[in-house]
Amino acid sequence: MTWFKRQSGELANSGEKKVRTEGLWVKCESCRQIIWKKDLEENLNVCPKCDKHFRVDARTRLAQLLDDGQYELFDTDLVSTDPLKFVDLKAYASRLKQAQKDTGLNDAVLNARGKLNGRPVIVSAMEYAFIGGSMGAVVGETITRAIEQAVESKTPILIVSASGGARMMEGVISLMQLAKISAALARLDEAKVPYISILTDPTTGGVTASFAMLGDLNIAEPGALIGFAGPRVIEQTIRQKLPQGFQRSEFLLEHGMLDAVVPRKQLKPYVARALDFMAGPVGTSAN
Amino acid sequence: MIRGLMKSSPDMRLSGQSTPADKTDAPQSVAGAELLLSMVEAQWANRNGNTMELAPKAQQELEKIQQQLARLESLPKNPEQGSAQVAAQSDETQQQIQQLNERISVLRKELEEFRGAWYKTELARHPQRPYTLDYIERIFTGWSEIHGDRGFGDDPAIVCGMARFHDEDVMVIGHQKARDTKQKVYRNFGYAHPEGYRKALRAMKIAEKFGRPIFTFVDTPGAYPGLGAEERGQAEAIARNLREMPRLHVPILTVITGEGGSGGALAVAVADRVLMMENSVYSVISPEGCASIMWRDATKKELAAEALHITAPHLMELGCIDEIVEEPEGGAHTDHEKAAALLDSALQKHLATLKVLPIPSLLDSRYKKFRNMAQFFKTNV
Repeated sequence: MTWFKRQSGELANSGEKKVRTEGLWVKCESCRQIIWKKDLEENLNVCPKCDKHFRVDARTRLAQLLDDGQYELFDTDLVSTDPLKFVDLKAYASRLKQAQKDTGLNDAVLNARGKLNGRPVIVSAMEYAFIGGSMGAVVGETITRAIEQAVESKTPILIVSASGGARMMEGVISLMQLAKISAALARLDEAKVPYISILTDPTTGGVTASFAMLGDLNIAEPGALIGFAGPRVIEQTIRQKLPQGFQRSEFLLEHGMLDAVVPRKQLKPYVARALDFMAGPVGTSAN
Repeated sequence: MIRGLMKSSPDMRLSGQSTPADKTDAPQSVAGAELLLSMVEAQWANRNGNTMELAPKAQQELEKIQQQLARLESLPKNPEQGSAQVAAQSDETQQQIQQLNERISVLRKELEEFRGAWYKTELARHPQRPYTLDYIERIFTGWSEIHGDRGFGDDPAIVCGMARFHDEDVMVIGHQKARDTKQKVYRNFGYAHPEGYRKALRAMKIAEKFGRPIFTFVDTPGAYPGLGAEERGQAEAIARNLREMPRLHVPILTVITGEGGSGGALAVAVADRVLMMENSVYSVISPEGCASIMWRDATKKELAAEALHITAPHLMELGCIDEIVEEPEGGAHTDHEKAAALLDSALQKHLATLKVLPIPSLLDSRYKKFRNMAQFFKTNV
């Protein structure tokens, strides 16, 4: 026998009393501190406690770099035709659909026009969440169009890389994008239009081996993984553990592969300074 | 099994040494070969899904039968007897051999088609396949190698040098693989380091300065994924070549001779004409690499090879290359001389069409070629 017995039915469930904590707090992978998400966002997605740079999506990146978070997207309507009808454990077509649904983008890059400290610029920002930011025909074409726009309008261009490299599911098609973008960059170079490559975590494979390393300046965020081959592939090849900090931004800086490692908060002023050097103060040049 | 049948075949002399008895027995030996071929054909026709195992074995048998036929064919035609009857008989034999060879060709094509992209990969990696220096020896004269990137060192995985192509001075650049262990290590199995790509670009700039056409031969599993390569900027070295090649003021011809391994291949393959040898492959990743990433199982390499579309006909279909260069039957490894001769005439033809172009239109069409390549997208509505 129980001492107390509920007289009638279940307790009424008043939904309003629910406390929702999900998504409000984030744990920093680096220092393992719990951070209030709003604090993190106000700090440009950099951990306020240990300065770990969290990955940011393409839209956030554009908003962070461009004045008042204002920009105009262009050439965002291209989609892959799945040229090889590639199927591994899952069909590429369904991977594409899933990624499009998850990110709200058509592929792994966004082209935008906006102003950086008052200077018109073109920015191509890659989206790592879209199949690892991999580069297929759509990414190749979109970035090439951004470069062509830059040549045509003599507008400085920034490309923000965040990619695992070429998109395997488009096979040799994705390899040819390296040649295509690099050829366009040769024309940009001849037109003497500034190009600043911004490498973020991670930038590897075919993206590093083409446009990411071809900026007039190559700058990276702190702690970003940057390399040609992935660390696992290298470990398997040389059959030994890789040294601490191998293929991180600071390692590349030390080996002369980067012009600077710039924390996210100083990224915009740094780029603005560089563009002043390359194109003159705002309003004095063709811009 | 075919092998078993062959052992019990009535004419064991077929696989034996060429003895005087062979001469008189030639017709009978041809009949033996015909019998064997019929067996292989029958086995293949009744394969019943047992194909994966059967195809490579059938190919081996064909190889043997053809060798025997070649031996029979090369025998002297009984000149000492010289009678009309013998001569007629010998003519008839020749005709039979001819017919058998044709049948072998048909079956071989079918087998190759069936074995698909992975078989091509194996052919492309065949240890007896002609390498860059083998082609240079046969196609060019006056080869004079140049070394070093002027920054760090010399990379033996890429050879560069001055040479003459039908009396014209040209620059030749190519990946170099090797056959014996010591040489393989020296050439790093054809995996180039950054200094290799930098040496190649330096050689290309020399060619540009003196107005000499550039030939590049591609045969690499890929750019080397190692510690030193990363430290010295593998990605930067490749990227720079990709940007500089489109604006070199001289004609550039590239041949994928064996393995076209991703960025490590493309770094010397941004050319006015890109040719592929019939049994070469060109891919963004090796079939093994793709299998271990996408299937999480490296043994799925056959599936991956098929899915990646890496063979010459695929590349042609995708519009990424300009021509497929025919190889001797069975593959370039069976006859280096013939393979080189076939490549030589293809190169001559293309160089002639490039040389007549004024430099600005050459550069313009090279740019457009890569700008408009691999356009596989549509506008979303």
